[in-house]
Amino acid sequence: MTRALSRRQFLGTTIAAGSALLAACRREEATPTAAPAARTPAAGMQFEGVEVNVITFTGPQIAEPLQRRAPEFQKLTGAKINVITVPFADLYQKILTDFTTGTNSYHVIVFAPQWMADYVEPGYLEDLTPRIEADPALQWEDIAPFFRNFSATYGGKIYTIPLDGDFQMVYYRTDLLEAEGLKPPETWEDYLAIAQHFHGKDLNGDGVPDFGSGIAKRRGAQSYWMFWSIAASFLQSQGTQQGAFFDVDTMEPLTNNEAFERALEIYKETGKYGPPDELNWDVGDSRAAFVTGRCALTLDWGDIGTLAIDPEQSKVKDKVGAIILPGTKEVLDRKSGKLVACDANTCPHAINGVNHAPYAAFGGWSGAINKNAPAKVKDAGYAFLSYMSQPAQANVDVTIGKTGFNPYRISQFENIDLWVKAGMSEAAARNYLGAIKDSLNSPNMVLDLRIPGAQRYQGVVLDTVLSRYLAGELTTKQAMEELTKGWNEITDELGREKQKQAYRSSLSIR
Amino acid sequence: MRGIPPVTTPQRRGDAVAAPVRRIPWSRETLVSWADRQAGAVLVLPAVLVILVLSIFPLLFSLYLSLSRFQPVSGGFRIHYVGLLNYRKLLLGSEREHFLGRLGELGLGGWLAFVVLAAIGLVLLWRSLRASPLSISRIAGHTVVAVAGLLALWLAVRTIVTSGGRPGTLVVTWVYVFGGVALQFLVGLLLASLCAQQLPGRRFFRVVFLLPMMITPVGVAYTFRMLTDTGKGPFAPIANWLGYANVSWVNDPWGARIAVMIGDLWQWTPFMFIVLLAALESQSPEPIEAAIVDGANRWQIFWHITLPQIGPVASTVILIRLIEAFKIFDMPNVLTGGGPGTATESLTLHAYVLWRSLDYGTSAAVAYSLLFVVTFVGIAYVRLVHRRLTEAL
Repeated sequence: MTRALSRRQFLGTTIAAGSALLAACRREEATPTAAPAARTPAAGMQFEGVEVNVITFTGPQIAEPLQRRAPEFQKLTGAKINVITVPFADLYQKILTDFTTGTNSYHVIVFAPQWMADYVEPGYLEDLTPRIEADPALQWEDIAPFFRNFSATYGGKIYTIPLDGDFQMVYYRTDLLEAEGLKPPETWEDYLAIAQHFHGKDLNGDGVPDFGSGIAKRRGAQSYWMFWSIAASFLQSQGTQQGAFFDVDTMEPLTNNEAFERALEIYKETGKYGPPDELNWDVGDSRAAFVTGRCALTLDWGDIGTLAIDPEQSKVKDKVGAIILPGTKEVLDRKSGKLVACDANTCPHAINGVNHAPYAAFGGWSGAINKNAPAKVKDAGYAFLSYMSQPAQANVDVTIGKTGFNPYRISQFENIDLWVKAGMSEAAARNYLGAIKDSLNSPNMVLDLRIPGAQRYQGVVLDTVLSRYLAGELTTKQAMEELTKGWNEITDELGREKQKQAYRSSLSIR
Repeated sequence: MRGIPPVTTPQRRGDAVAAPVRRIPWSRETLVSWADRQAGAVLVLPAVLVILVLSIFPLLFSLYLSLSRFQPVSGGFRIHYVGLLNYRKLLLGSEREHFLGRLGELGLGGWLAFVVLAAIGLVLLWRSLRASPLSISRIAGHTVVAVAGLLALWLAVRTIVTSGGRPGTLVVTWVYVFGGVALQFLVGLLLASLCAQQLPGRRFFRVVFLLPMMITPVGVAYTFRMLTDTGKGPFAPIANWLGYANVSWVNDPWGARIAVMIGDLWQWTPFMFIVLLAALESQSPEPIEAAIVDGANRWQIFWHITLPQIGPVASTVILIRLIEAFKIFDMPNVLTGGGPGTATESLTLHAYVLWRSLDYGTSAAVAYSLLFVVTFVGIAYVRLVHRRLTEAL
């Protein structure tokens, strides 16, 4: 019933948007007698014959729910949704090439809002603000403010509809920690100590020694987000607007100082308590290892919470705890480049003297619409994104591990039943949602880099430096110098002043 | 419109019989003969156009790209001309260590390796130069090859054999190409020699040895990724049992490079194998029979009779594989993602990583450097080795 209601509501909005009117009239002309009786289906088939090409990355995550819901959506509206998938590493470039060359074969893109600067600045994306304002079914206000105001918005306008809530957390095995009387890690030193404690012990009862920690460190995958999750609390302590990548006044990278050095060392040290081929692990490997009980600790997005309750693969159901990213008692003093102890001035947001900086890595998969798509296709595309994000659909999808969708709506954090119904114990659900809430409520949340060329800064330069550092090709000092040099080169190439303005506006600094 | 004046052709020698002919242009004969004369050009035209559109234009455009900087802007993109900036970045700037590698201090072993290899190379070159009559162009060609070879060897030794040195993508590609092709040739020749014998089941083995070539490189790469995984792969229990559960060879730069080379070896040996097998089977039996009568042993027969006979074919497959091997991509990309660090990154992968982030200029510069190296190696090989082997016959 609610679904029918919401459908009618969004129909109202799309009719208001304009182009639907014509189709509706024509339909009434065609079947004048049947019109009153079959009002809902007739009106519902409003995108009959419209084909929408949606591009996203090769799943199964993210692509799966889109593919699964596409036929449902077609039944409701008549619009045919083609989900096109490409490897993650190619996604940014594929979309941009399609747009810059004017091919425009992709109508809806489901992508990382991090790349938004590169897509919005040249004017490729449709401003969704008016549509969202006229779409009560979407329940925009239910989406957590961080995702509404940061992820979806650029320069004061809304360009994307969030489908996923992304920030990283640390996961631990509650059963192991309880048995040893250990507390979940508060600082990165705790993380290393716990990892060391469990490393080499059999953690899942199969007789094979397991690992203290397992982090995705493969090159060309997710390693640079993992690293920044560690670095964030050392670099940023004064709240989100301080920024954790560059100095907001000079655009000088914060990558050559004591704090960064410490973060690099911790990142490398986690490898001591990790699997031997950790350098070749992406999140697929680290998730599989954690939910099959091979690691005591891991660092990941929200996905582990739901994967751990998947009966098909999990051996650690209800043995998984989540916690806000560990922090540090010493933070960067930006003037001197040295580490200084936390006090009321240096770490105003510290909890128990520990500065936490939850990192909104990636920013969550979001849907946007190609401005140059045909009007009718844009309407259908918007309707599809709205449909995917409406609580009726989204609140189910976020509880399924394989969707790759993590909670991003307030109703999803508040409603414990949703998670219990999906198979979590109530305690596990409270723990998981608690960690999410702690992270999202932190005033010191770190926004991911969202300036032109973000993909080059992180996906190429940082990724390569980290990989070379872990492989022993670079010392800590060389890694910092190389990274700083590489980032400055991109900044100078794209224009320092322009980049600085973009960075400041991504942090909403006037 | 004016009528066309009749055309008279002056009498030439041998044309005495023919009375002056009134040639009407566009008569059937002239049309046919005109069409005949143009037919060649017309028939070749589509191919030329296709090559122009698909090959020459992209080649020239990417040359221009390598000299410029690409930027997406409102409503499209902009290409700034920046001169040799991208190449400077590769050879001197921020991409230098990635591209050329880091030079280490040459120790005693390094010097020894360099001197020995350089001496071998120079002696071979000298012999090649003396083999046919001298000319200015040959001396110049050999000098260029000698200088380039010494420079390349210097770079390779300074980055590989030294402590603190680290090969860049250029040197890593050379390792794949020269090391890989040499191995593929040796293994291919060995298998071909075996299959040329009258052994039971040789037909079956011929088919089996060919199979790897039929599989897509990505499939092979994924297979090797699974096989080399000591934690979860099919060999994990064996590694566990041997006590190697906590060792991973993809963490070690040379371990990873060898893993890549083994995959490449597995995939491309069949190509060498099938061509060499055909060459072995088509050699004339008389000289071999004569040698047997003369009491030559197997090794002598192989070295003095078989090898010279299959020389031209062997040289051709090596040339094809050399050119092909420079473009190695799937194996390092899938197996290691270019890691650990940049240890297994080939030039094509280097170009791809840059291209992926829309840094088209530097990417094109890397690709052009590759093209230059491939062309140079190809030409040098043809001039110095291939011609001698094929002309010897």
